[in-house]
Amino acid sequence: MTDLTLTPAASRTASQGWIEKVGIGHILLAFFLLIYPVMASDFFLTQIGGYSLVLGMIALSLMLLAGYGGMVSLAQITVAGAAGYVVAIFGENNSGVYGFGWPWWIYGPLAIMIASLMSALIGWIAVRTEGIYTIMITLAVATACFYFAQQNYALFNGFPGYNGLRAPDVFGLYWRDPVPFYYLCLANAVVAYIAVLYGARSTFGLTLQAIRDNPRRMRAIGFNVTAHKVFAWWLAGLIAGAAGILLVWFNGRISPGTIAVGPSINILVIAIIGGLRHPIGPFIGAVIVTLMQTFAIDIIGAERFNTLIGLVFLLIVFVSPDGILGLWERLKPQAGRDDWRSFKKAANKAEKKGRNA
Amino acid sequence: MATNVAASRLQGTGANALELDDVGRQFGALTALSGISMRIAAGERRAVLGSNGAGKTTLFNTITGDFNPTSGTIRFFGEDITTLAAYERIRRGLRRTYQISQLFTNLTVLESVYLACRGVSRRRFSLLRPSPSDGAMAQAESIVHAVHLDDDRNATVGMLSHGQQRQLEIALALAGAPRFILFDEPAAGLSPTERRDLIEILNALPKHIGYIIIEHDLDVALRVSEYVSMMHNGRLFTEGTPEEIENDPTVQEIYLGGGHG
Repeated sequence: MTDLTLTPAASRTASQGWIEKVGIGHILLAFFLLIYPVMASDFFLTQIGGYSLVLGMIALSLMLLAGYGGMVSLAQITVAGAAGYVVAIFGENNSGVYGFGWPWWIYGPLAIMIASLMSALIGWIAVRTEGIYTIMITLAVATACFYFAQQNYALFNGFPGYNGLRAPDVFGLYWRDPVPFYYLCLANAVVAYIAVLYGARSTFGLTLQAIRDNPRRMRAIGFNVTAHKVFAWWLAGLIAGAAGILLVWFNGRISPGTIAVGPSINILVIAIIGGLRHPIGPFIGAVIVTLMQTFAIDIIGAERFNTLIGLVFLLIVFVSPDGILGLWERLKPQAGRDDWRSFKKAANKAEKKGRNA
Repeated sequence: MATNVAASRLQGTGANALELDDVGRQFGALTALSGISMRIAAGERRAVLGSNGAGKTTLFNTITGDFNPTSGTIRFFGEDITTLAAYERIRRGLRRTYQISQLFTNLTVLESVYLACRGVSRRRFSLLRPSPSDGAMAQAESIVHAVHLDDDRNATVGMLSHGQQRQLEIALALAGAPRFILFDEPAAGLSPTERRDLIEILNALPKHIGYIIIEHDLDVALRVSEYVSMMHNGRLFTEGTPEEIENDPTVQEIYLGGGHG
């Protein structure tokens, strides 16, 4: 009798294999993100949509290090900022300092390369430490970079930084226009997201998680733990660097304020609110924080809006240390999920039986 | 058997898997090891006995490079590895297990063993997912089978029972092409059945793989070793065949507290 009821299910799983593989959640999300520009105003498209995706990417680079590698970094905005400064110096700016006017397809890769190397360098310094000390040492690096950029006029143009950075025109589109910018950010975010999701189960991804779980044992099975950690920092730098370019195109400027301690903690808050368990977490966190930072002022005024953000952060961390993702994990209908799994197992068994017969 | 081992111990250095010369380790004012000299032939199976705090695990740590000795030299198949990085020693064929399981709690059994195989081969930095046709993956499968963990190959390591975790400990040491393994109390906390399983696994190891086993359970230790070294207070106290050690009155007194004599 069980066979009878399960046979249709078995054939269904076969024909819908790819949907299951990608996940219904991903398909719905992709659909929503693709048609979002139809529904959203320019403000919601750029200031909320595009900006969330950029912040989400920077937080994703932190999630990669913290979630898989157990290394919490406060220097991710610094890495993004490094890419931003490269754009300002080698691209165009109207601050009258540097601005070599190189085309985007040269300064873009250059910015990502320099940012990732800087990330690897920060990582190389930080991997000697663990836990709270990694946070402190990256905070120290971030702070040092902030003050150096603020006081150095020769390279960073000091306090004012660089203004008038302009996104390029490619294929007749100005990439800072709302719709193109949104899709540009979306494309970058999706590539980074898929890369991290896929990479988590790659040889290196497993290595990184194993190092997080037990570095001593990793050495005892032949891995150079330091080299692998530094490589993770370099990879995180690629994501943060790409996001840094988008960030300065979005802002049209870069100054020491962009890489100050406040914004760097902001990235950590985004990652924690969203959750560090899965690469979707940082993007969820980014949307929540961006919405709060945009609209909290309307709710309780300019003087107190940070208090509201702080309280929400406190509430989320208090209710669920794993962020929104952890909350979802707990609220997800457990019974239903188990049913579905046992259902699938039974279906597979029935299928095998059928084949044998 | 014992005479063969004794004979090989006297041969030239080329035949020795491990040579320790006057190895010592200080922790501040504390002397954990002093004047340890040992010759262990390739393929030899040695037990190291001694009471708690005798320095057995410290000895392992200096051999594998978890930390370096403060004096003396260690040679592995003739090569001086005294100050070599831990992972470099592993790539030369040295392996170890830990007294307290050191595992990757969030990975699966198969993933853990796969990494152990990957650790001593190329493409450690690969950003691609391991394919089923991957040599390291195939080896991992066979090792998982050898330590009787087939049914739990896709289980998360943190969910395994203590006994299964101990089996995985051994699996990680068998990965790659080990030439010499250090087993640190592999039977700790195992049930009698699991102990029998363990003895079976150890005796089924290919003959070219030598090992040192630290084991408090004399039943296990003497059944899987050809030669025994006794340690006491950080020094090598005496050496001999399992029979000699078992019947040595001083050993009885120190190790068994005299009560069993």
